[in-house]
Amino acid sequence: MSDLTRAEVERVAALARLGLTSDELGKLQGDLNLILEQWAHLADVDTSSVPPSAQTIVQAMPLREDTAEPSLAVDDALQNAPARSGDFVRVQAILSEEADG
Amino acid sequence: MSGESLRRATAAELRAAFQSGAATSRAVTDELFAAIEREDGVLGAWLHLRHEEARAEADRADARYATARAAGTAALNELPPLLGVPVALKDLVNLTGTPTTAGSRILEGYISPYDATIAARLKEAGAVILGKTNMDEFAMGSSTEFSAYKKTVNPWATDRVPGGSSGGSSAAVAAFHAPLSIGTDTGGSIRQPASLTGIVGMKPTYGRVSRYGIVAFASSLDQVGPFARTAQDAALLLHAIAGADAHDATSSRSPIDAALLNLPSGDAAASAIRGKRFALPKEYFVAGMEAGVERAVRDAVAALEAAGGIVEEVSLPTTEHALATYYIVAPAEASANLARYDGIRYGASKHGGGDLLNGYLETRGRGFGPEVRRRIMLGTYALSAGYYDAYYVKAQKVRTLIARDFDRIWAAGFDAIVAPTSPQVAWKFGAKMSDPVSMYLADACTLPANMAGLPGVSIPCGLSENLPVGLQLIGKPWSEAELLSISAGYEALTATAAWRAVAPHDLAKLGGGAA
Repeated sequence: MSDLTRAEVERVAALARLGLTSDELGKLQGDLNLILEQWAHLADVDTSSVPPSAQTIVQAMPLREDTAEPSLAVDDALQNAPARSGDFVRVQAILSEEADG
Repeated sequence: MSGESLRRATAAELRAAFQSGAATSRAVTDELFAAIEREDGVLGAWLHLRHEEARAEADRADARYATARAAGTAALNELPPLLGVPVALKDLVNLTGTPTTAGSRILEGYISPYDATIAARLKEAGAVILGKTNMDEFAMGSSTEFSAYKKTVNPWATDRVPGGSSGGSSAAVAAFHAPLSIGTDTGGSIRQPASLTGIVGMKPTYGRVSRYGIVAFASSLDQVGPFARTAQDAALLLHAIAGADAHDATSSRSPIDAALLNLPSGDAAASAIRGKRFALPKEYFVAGMEAGVERAVRDAVAALEAAGGIVEEVSLPTTEHALATYYIVAPAEASANLARYDGIRYGASKHGGGDLLNGYLETRGRGFGPEVRRRIMLGTYALSAGYYDAYYVKAQKVRTLIARDFDRIWAAGFDAIVAPTSPQVAWKFGAKMSDPVSMYLADACTLPANMAGLPGVSIPCGLSENLPVGLQLIGKPWSEAELLSISAGYEALTATAAWRAVAPHDLAKLGGGAA
């Protein structure tokens, strides 16, 4: 596969929600292309009749009774929230009032 | 027991001393905190210390030993094996009321509101949790240089790295700041630092130890495991943390081997090597391997052979593809796992200025360090539309081939694979920082076991350029007790070897004059 362009690096950074400086994007472009060169070797491996493995230690999926169990108290769950309002995490408005109207 | 002998005692020795009354947990805990106080300014292994809580845990343990001693031998033997024994946790294990940073600025200020299952088990076992240790940010790295907080040095040479990502945990045990510590291993992050600091480190079978409450990196690979200075100590710690957990559906219900509590020792351990079949994979002697490392590993293999082990060279042809496979699968899973760090519910936050999207971009762009950003970018790319089949699905298929390679070894009747842990001894700070591919190559010998989910252990097997070399044993699923028994056998075979008498050279430079 061909090298990642600057525009592609910017697109991936946006998908990953990483706000990066121009210098950081430039450095990443170089690094990623070095690493993609290593990945390219995999294309030569014949996997035409090989199933993918998400995990290799396969075990029966355990089931449990669907019963309520104690969980974190609200105050404990919210103790690390940057902003709190009552029993809720406070976040910025997603829609402005104009857009909402 | 007192002073230096307390500090250097193994967990098994401490247990015996606590039972007999020759030492107290409080005395050991005080001794270790004093050493940490004197030396960690140079060593840099610790991110958080629990002075008060640990001393209270030690006092409670001592009270239980005293009561049991009055009641007799049976009562003493019923006490849990790690009662009163100090342990360090890698700083990605949630422990109620302590900071858990995972080595990242994005978790600065976060205080754990709950215990990871392994933390709860260690508390229940009566262990004394000294504190939390330094690590590469989100466990991504092989040198601990990617910690956002501090530099951890190798007690063998303070100008060299301790390995990573669990470098704080390995340095702490190697420098006699703790007899035991917890690490995590996604591609080698327990075995490689164990190798570079001259101690024992085990990655158990995928699913052997619960990951509930452990900061996730790559969920199909991550596994928690022990560091110690002997195989028996590693086995004791593994026994305390292993087992099924309703909070982690990947944790196994297969029984924990009681043999871990009492591995063979001395002549019995050495003679148990006789008749064992060891596979020596030629692909693990990779290009660029240091000659001194290869020599030490081949000497160790010869020692196993001399003790009656049967060694045969084998081929694991997919080894050469493991690195690329790993560096697709692990970043892909990491990019998904790390999506949760958004500055909304916990951790560092840059929300509040502009719009919501801008808050995400700023929080994540500033909160993550360079290696984590690199991996998130790689993973996001590998999972993005148009590339998913070419990279991620392809890697999952090659992963099947890697697992089949190992299956063939077990089908041929081998008991374990013997190989180098790391192609190099500890390197100097900065030597690999500018070239991510050279850093990734440091894990070439360890990450195939993660791809296949197999248990692996690194044990010290000599010195090269006066720095420790590790021998790696990889086993069948759930064969931890077997691997550690073989390790104990190798320890017995080499008990009087000259290199075993060498202490980490730079202990004195840490400030305590301990060497």
